Amino acid sequence: MSVLAWIVATPLLGAVLIALARRPFTRDLTLLLIALATLAQVLPLISPVLAGERPAVTLATVMPGIDITLSVEPLGLIFALVASILWVVASLYAIGYVRANALPAPKRFHACFALAIGAALGVALADNLFTLFLFYETLTLTTYPLVTHGGSPEAVRAGRVYLGILLSTSIGLFLLGIVWVFSLTGRLDFVPGGLLNGVIEGPALAVLLGLFVFGIGKAALMPVHRWLPAAMVAPAPVSALLHAVAVVKAGVFTVLKVIVYTFGPDLLANTPAAHWLMYVAGFSVIAASLIAWRQDNLKARLAYSTISQLAYIVLGASLFVPAALTGAAVHLVAHAFAKITLFFAAGAITTATGMTRVSQMNGLGRRLPWTMAFFSIAALSMIGVPPTAGFVSKWLLLGGAFDAQAWVAVGVLILSTVLNAAYFLPIVHAAWFRPPSADPPDDDSHEAHGAHAHGAVSRTGEAPFLLLLAMGLSTLGVGALFVWPDLPVALARSLP
Amino acid sequence: MTLLAHLPPLQMVLPLMAGPVCLLLGRPRLCAVWALAVAGACLAIALTLLGQILDTGVISYHVGGWEPPWGIELRLDALSGLMLSLVSAIAVVVLLYAPASVRHEIPADRQGLFYTLFLLNLAGLLGMCTTGDAFNLFVFLEISSLSTYTLVSLGRGRSALRAAYVYLVLGTVGATFYVIGLGLLYMITGTLNMVDLAQHLVNADNPRTLLVGAGFVVVGLSIKLALFPLHKWLPGAYTHAPSVVSAFMAATGTKVALYVLLRLAFTVLAPSFSALHLPHPVTVEGMALILGLTGMISASVSAFLQTDLKRMLAYSSVAQIGLMVAGAALLTPTSVTGSLVHLINHAVLKATVFLALGGVLMRLGSVRLEDLAGAGRRLPLTMGAFLLGALSLVGIPGTAGFIGKWTLLLAALEQDRWGVAVLIGAGSLLTLAYVWRVVEVAWLRPAPAQAARVPEIPLSMLVPLGVVGVANLVFGVYTAPTLGLARAASTALLGGATP
Repeated sequence: MSVLAWIVATPLLGAVLIALARRPFTRDLTLLLIALATLAQVLPLISPVLAGERPAVTLATVMPGIDITLSVEPLGLIFALVASILWVVASLYAIGYVRANALPAPKRFHACFALAIGAALGVALADNLFTLFLFYETLTLTTYPLVTHGGSPEAVRAGRVYLGILLSTSIGLFLLGIVWVFSLTGRLDFVPGGLLNGVIEGPALAVLLGLFVFGIGKAALMPVHRWLPAAMVAPAPVSALLHAVAVVKAGVFTVLKVIVYTFGPDLLANTPAAHWLMYVAGFSVIAASLIAWRQDNLKARLAYSTISQLAYIVLGASLFVPAALTGAAVHLVAHAFAKITLFFAAGAITTATGMTRVSQMNGLGRRLPWTMAFFSIAALSMIGVPPTAGFVSKWLLLGGAFDAQAWVAVGVLILSTVLNAAYFLPIVHAAWFRPPSADPPDDDSHEAHGAHAHGAVSRTGEAPFLLLLAMGLSTLGVGALFVWPDLPVALARSLP
Repeated sequence: MTLLAHLPPLQMVLPLMAGPVCLLLGRPRLCAVWALAVAGACLAIALTLLGQILDTGVISYHVGGWEPPWGIELRLDALSGLMLSLVSAIAVVVLLYAPASVRHEIPADRQGLFYTLFLLNLAGLLGMCTTGDAFNLFVFLEISSLSTYTLVSLGRGRSALRAAYVYLVLGTVGATFYVIGLGLLYMITGTLNMVDLAQHLVNADNPRTLLVGAGFVVVGLSIKLALFPLHKWLPGAYTHAPSVVSAFMAATGTKVALYVLLRLAFTVLAPSFSALHLPHPVTVEGMALILGLTGMISASVSAFLQTDLKRMLAYSSVAQIGLMVAGAALLTPTSVTGSLVHLINHAVLKATVFLALGGVLMRLGSVRLEDLAGAGRRLPLTMGAFLLGALSLVGIPGTAGFIGKWTLLLAALEQDRWGVAVLIGAGSLLTLAYVWRVVEVAWLRPAPAQAARVPEIPLSMLVPLGVVGVANLVFGVYTAPTLGLARAASTALLGGATP
């Protein structure tokens, strides 16, 4: 079997091994080794891809003209790298989280987690729309058990929203778009420069673009974003890796891929009817930020922040100029590292103290100094302050917007930066500079370690070591991407 | 050589003669082995015939050496070959599964009768797919129908009798309509051989009689295949019949009726109908399309409202039949191929879900939605197979059900029929809605506290269930046998439609 097939197969194999593991220790070790093995297979692809090679392997021919084929190209490699690097980090976190919170059915949890990563890697390496769709749907189905893992009526309801929106958009719109493309061209593969160039034009093109952009519900472009806040009932590692990285990035990645390889940026740029996408994405950026501002639940605030940040990527793609596409691809990486850190921190806070709401977080910096330090750095990256990864990608996006002379997009980016600051900085401020509030239990001590004395809800001390380690690694990534952004930028620039 | 030449009649004569032997054998276990052997032989014959057809083209066999149109002709093309293979393969799977399930659901003294009727039913179904004579077809239709009425009545409780009675009445109306229609056509042409009939009908100078005759035939068959709005017999019959019978009926009975409708519509009626002048916006295919799509949507909504899962899947069958009829009514090679490939895949997936429900009924004693709480944990393998079939029913890519939906969507878009495409998508989403209720209850709702631990279903049921379950995945990726055959069959069918 080819390397590409193994990359997708390794997590699937891992899921089986995890399900078979008898002792918790073997289970956790298997998980970690599988994650590392997957990463070890993705890394060697970098230099051939930069050298212009595009290895591919066809696994099966389903119907004439419709194959299951894997291949690797720069954009797919970016996504595959993000997913596999962060899976290793998230595995550490998941192991620590499952143990600290005594999560029920840990084997099912870890196995579904591995399956979902396998599906996300399949999306990354898909060589045609059918293969992509196959893995896209697999990703939806394998994350469903994770969203409903708690089994509470609330989780079941959330699972219904999750599955309902994701599957109805993908079957109702995305599939229709794919069949339309197939009926026009008789093929589905990704072609540099665009498969549809010269095949379709005018309003029909705009409609087809709409089928794809809204059909890819995982990109969470408003108004098909409701599944993402719903999915926040899932345990923290799921929210972190899947609903900040693998699933949503699979969505925006698919949007990017369709714009670059199926439509072709030139075709879209020359079709005025297709320019609506910029306005929709811009609206999504601003509206989601405004909603995030008003959320008190930390995970909900992060979820709406994700929706807004995903729309940045779609916004970058919707300018249809190379510079903005580069910015979009780099933002995919930068946001992944920052947002996973934020969700890690949210989970760590809940694990250590039982808190879930922003209004409870006064003075938290003194109790959880490390966690809140990581949180603050990641929050700065979301705003786009140097020296963080967010600055690089926002810079590139702004450069792209100037390049395209899209002043609306420039305005949206600036306004949203202000809004990002408005909903993240208060948390950072409260954690470090406000005295701990005494309201959860009746406690009169306000001195440095006073909160340790709190009752049943608030446990004492920092988050468990594995959680801190994972957060530290991802925060390191946020900084490293500022200092050495070369690899993602180089990959993104080699897009056709 | 001589035996090979006589395979076409042997195909249906074998189960027809072997059926009553079960009554003599007496002991259920013996009957089961005998029936399975017969079905296996039928499958072997069907596959051999299919190979011959694909090699050398249409097989025409003259019964008793009488030349058609005077004698009875057995006429086998790719579509017949496909149906014969499908029906006998499903029969083998169901008969492998049957002994344990039948022991559980049917009293010992009637089990011999069950196998007899099953083989007679098989003979009728296979006969319908082989014959090239319109009246001979009626005979086989009645053989299969009569045996099915009785099979349904073997179900537990008085409601099975009532369901069988309703089915009997409506089925007889359908059969009578068919004969009346055929009589009218015979009146114009003086022949009953299908090919001959088609040629004579083109030259017939009595369009009104033709129209009425064709109307009776089509309506009669529509009852048999449960096309909306003539589907009322089906939910009751599927719900109250023994599990194996539901599975076999759902996978083959209505499919063969659909085959007969397609055969008569395309081979016999299409050439003369294209010459008829119906009032402007009305066309035959337009009516079929509207009925098919309406049936698909309305039956899916009905399925959503059911709490008995067998009844839910019965409505789902009505919906999928509507989809197949609508596909065929688009009249393009792609759409007919899509319709036929969906026919094959739907047979596989409906066999999966009904056989899985048979296992649930055996272990949990009920297939009502509320009694399935925690079933996913209590019967992981059985419910796992159910999930595979259910995903296939929704049309998730990678499963068999996706192939047909894809082809039908493609056919709709090739003709710029956006409405049809959107309705097919909507049908899938409704399917998701009713199927997912089951998933939620079976996996996410905890089992009742007083529920006893139950063992998985016996291996003799689990293996055939696993075979059809995995077939859903195999036919979702490896489509050469399904899509390839459907394409050959659609060419054979449409070859007759274009004069």
